Amino acid sequence: MSEIKKFMYVNRRAPYGTIYAWESLEVVLIGAAFEQDVSMAFIDDGVYQLIKGQDTTGLEMKNFSPTYAALGDYEVTKIYIEKESLEERGLTLDDLQHLTWEDEDEDWAEKDSIQLISRAEMVKVFADQDVFFNF
Amino acid sequence: MKFTIQVNEGPYQHQATDSAYLFTKAALEKGHEIFRVFFYHDGVNNGTRLTTPPQDDRNIVKRWGELSAGHDLGLVICGAAAQRRGIVDDGEAERNGKDATNIAEGFRISGLGQLVEGAIQSDRLVVFGD
Repeated sequence: MSEIKKFMYVNRRAPYGTIYAWESLEVVLIGAAFEQDVSMAFIDDGVYQLIKGQDTTGLEMKNFSPTYAALGDYEVTKIYIEKESLEERGLTLDDLQHLTWEDEDEDWAEKDSIQLISRAEMVKVFADQDVFFNF
Repeated sequence: MKFTIQVNEGPYQHQATDSAYLFTKAALEKGHEIFRVFFYHDGVNNGTRLTTPPQDDRNIVKRWGELSAGHDLGLVICGAAAQRRGIVDDGEAERNGKDATNIAEGFRISGLGQLVEGAIQSDRLVVFGD
């Protein structure tokens, strides 16, 4: 591949009502092999995807939420959460999984992947992207 | 301009697949290049040859195939999404022990990497769906 593009995966939906969230995550994991500059955004009901302590037993669906914790190993280190989307749903960052990555340039120091930003800041982040995968 | 098209919804249920087809056709007629059409989520159901729409309706599956044949256009169905939803070609049937295939003329089953590659190689990735 010649150039590196800025990929933005936009996650807008709750995790289990439809399959979009799960199949979106599959694209992110496969896409990691292409070594692009990847970011993920969680907005609207998409913030529910990262709720910690998910239990899908009663739904009889696979709980795929532990997979998000592996994103750091796939070099997906920029995860943007929209502040207003959390607030509108009565959530805070403490309700979400703590996602981290290890920085090999700093002796594998553990760093936060999640950045909590406002809707206005999200617009600026979006404006800087080349490709949107919208789920 | 070079486009990759992503179709996320099933035929007849959702207009996204019609819009994707009409966009693709119009782009080709205007001289643009369609690098690939990638079918994901329920969009994989665009690629079953077993549909029988009423005769006074559009035949969505068939017209994709005709567009593909006329323009050497790649119609790629996501393999993981296809396995969940029962879209089967000879290779999938053999690998997964299925007694039938249903993939339509002009379509092929491949991996998600084909979508990512399309996004890298094209000027625009245009997504049709909710």
